[in-house]
Amino acid sequence: MSAVAPASQASPLSWAGRLRGRIGLHTILLLLMVIWAIPTIGLLLNSFRPAAEQTSSGWWTAIFPPYQFTFENYAHVLAQQGIGTNLLNSLFISIPSTVIPIFVAAFAAYAFSWMDFPGRNVLFVVVVGLLVVPLQATLIPILQLFATWGIAGTFLAVWLAHTGYGLPFAVYLLRNFMGSLPREVFESAYIDGASPVTAFFRLALPMTVPAIAALAIFQFLFVWNDLLVSLIYIGLVNPDNLPLPVSIANLVTSIGGGSEFLGAAAFLSMIIPLVVFFSLQRYFVRGIVGGSVKG
Amino acid sequence: MTDKLITALVAVVGVPAVMIGYIWATEQVLRVFPGRWKPRIRPWLWVAPAIGFLGLFLVYPTIGTIYRSLRDAADSAFVGLDNYAWFFGNDGSLSALLNNVLWLVFLTIAVVGVGLLIAVLVDRVRYETVAKSVIFMPLAISMVAAGVIWLFMYQYRPPGAEQTGTLNAALGVFGVGPIAWIQVTDFRLNTLMLIIVMAWMWTGFGMVIISAALKGINPELLEAARVDGANEWQVFRRIMFPLLVPTLVVVSTTMIITALKAFDIVYTMTNGNLNTEVIANLMYKQMFSFGQYGRASAIAVILLLAIVPIMLFNISRFRAQEAVR
Repeated sequence: MSAVAPASQASPLSWAGRLRGRIGLHTILLLLMVIWAIPTIGLLLNSFRPAAEQTSSGWWTAIFPPYQFTFENYAHVLAQQGIGTNLLNSLFISIPSTVIPIFVAAFAAYAFSWMDFPGRNVLFVVVVGLLVVPLQATLIPILQLFATWGIAGTFLAVWLAHTGYGLPFAVYLLRNFMGSLPREVFESAYIDGASPVTAFFRLALPMTVPAIAALAIFQFLFVWNDLLVSLIYIGLVNPDNLPLPVSIANLVTSIGGGSEFLGAAAFLSMIIPLVVFFSLQRYFVRGIVGGSVKG
Repeated sequence: MTDKLITALVAVVGVPAVMIGYIWATEQVLRVFPGRWKPRIRPWLWVAPAIGFLGLFLVYPTIGTIYRSLRDAADSAFVGLDNYAWFFGNDGSLSALLNNVLWLVFLTIAVVGVGLLIAVLVDRVRYETVAKSVIFMPLAISMVAAGVIWLFMYQYRPPGAEQTGTLNAALGVFGVGPIAWIQVTDFRLNTLMLIIVMAWMWTGFGMVIISAALKGINPELLEAARVDGANEWQVFRRIMFPLLVPTLVVVSTTMIITALKAFDIVYTMTNGNLNTEVIANLMYKQMFSFGQYGRASAIAVILLLAIVPIMLFNISRFRAQEAVR
């Protein structure tokens, strides 16, 4: 839908009034974008500046000549042992840790929205209530559990743990979204003889794509940027399986506050999350729900 | 190398196959039961994986933590409510509690308010994708990196020296400052500065969720109102806002909980010094620095209890929503 169409068709405002509104709109948005971008741009510019420059002058001086950019910070970070393996480990950890909770939550959310069973609402409230459990409070009992099962230090342990931690929010979000889908869609499907499995995969899941895309982004980023969970469940047992943030944290602490490298390291760790975000962004389209009711 | 390849196959193909296979398997199991039993059993099979994961990874360890909060540091004897009495009896933890209240109020208002503003505005411009990406980007950074980025924004040099911190340099243009943002404890300014970092990160979260809900609103509804002569503010106030309320509640609840659990930013930027302590960092210190597992567990339980009123509110909202459905 075009941005200006509704206003130009129906608004009683004068042409000048609309123009003023548009200018105000763009001003506010551009100002917010600048405020949001500046801290990151500052770090990005600084990540290309020599350490001595970073401590003696602000990042904005780099915009003007003489230019003193260097790739040294990035070269230093990339030269660290095992960064490639860490990157691969991060993917091995993050992908299943995103996929499993989305499926598990979608099954539960569908049952909570469109199946009848005693104690349904109470159970849902309990699930959402678990949002409050601070992650730190679960670490020690679970590590003992993983040790007993013999999976401490494996990817599987982290997949399972991240699924557990991510589920309350995932169920909450998907249940709210699925529950607001139009009832008629499911009623007519059941009248046409569709089974719950068909209704779930053919109707509920496709119509929930905006919520699933949003959820996938958040869960992926949460797992990708997580330090504590990997450090505790993998780090103590099997350092070969450690993900990227842990190695970056080690890099920073081992240099002793080496903030001149942190910018470069942070930007290297941001590449994949940004790719994920931009590739899922297109799923946030208007009218998925509205469209299916009309159709 | 083969190991990595197998892991990659399991991660990308195996895991989704197991997930879809599960639902297929439940239907096979249900075949055994007579027709009228199927609708009664099926919901339980659909929620079973979620219940299993939650029971194992949240409920079981939480019960362990509650039990632990009633015992001494060495886990050798019951001490009743001593650990709780310790928490409410010392100035340090009460100050942390006050800071968490500040976090809760200001973080939630900032994320919901600014997130809603941006979501509504961005819906009307052609550079929506670009604008959203800029606002969302901070959430892609780890909190540790965000903490460092902002230490850098807040950097302070004595008056007269060249300011390398963005904020102080900007104020310098107007002849104000410099201000040592992180050190100013008056009105807990430094805590507010830490909250700004978190709001900078999480506003993108609010924006994306609210924007997704906004796009779920039938555009015909809005156009009908405009045809009837409603101005943009009235369309927002009377139609969009009421329809967005459930989503705003979702975002608020998430932010309140995020605020109560606030840890990484404080840990990175001040480690709780200069009156910026929060309960999660206090708990971390009791656990890993002092080995006081009983006290740390008690703090975890207090965190849990703090959320009960919010959950009660949520439940009543949920019931009301179900009633109209």
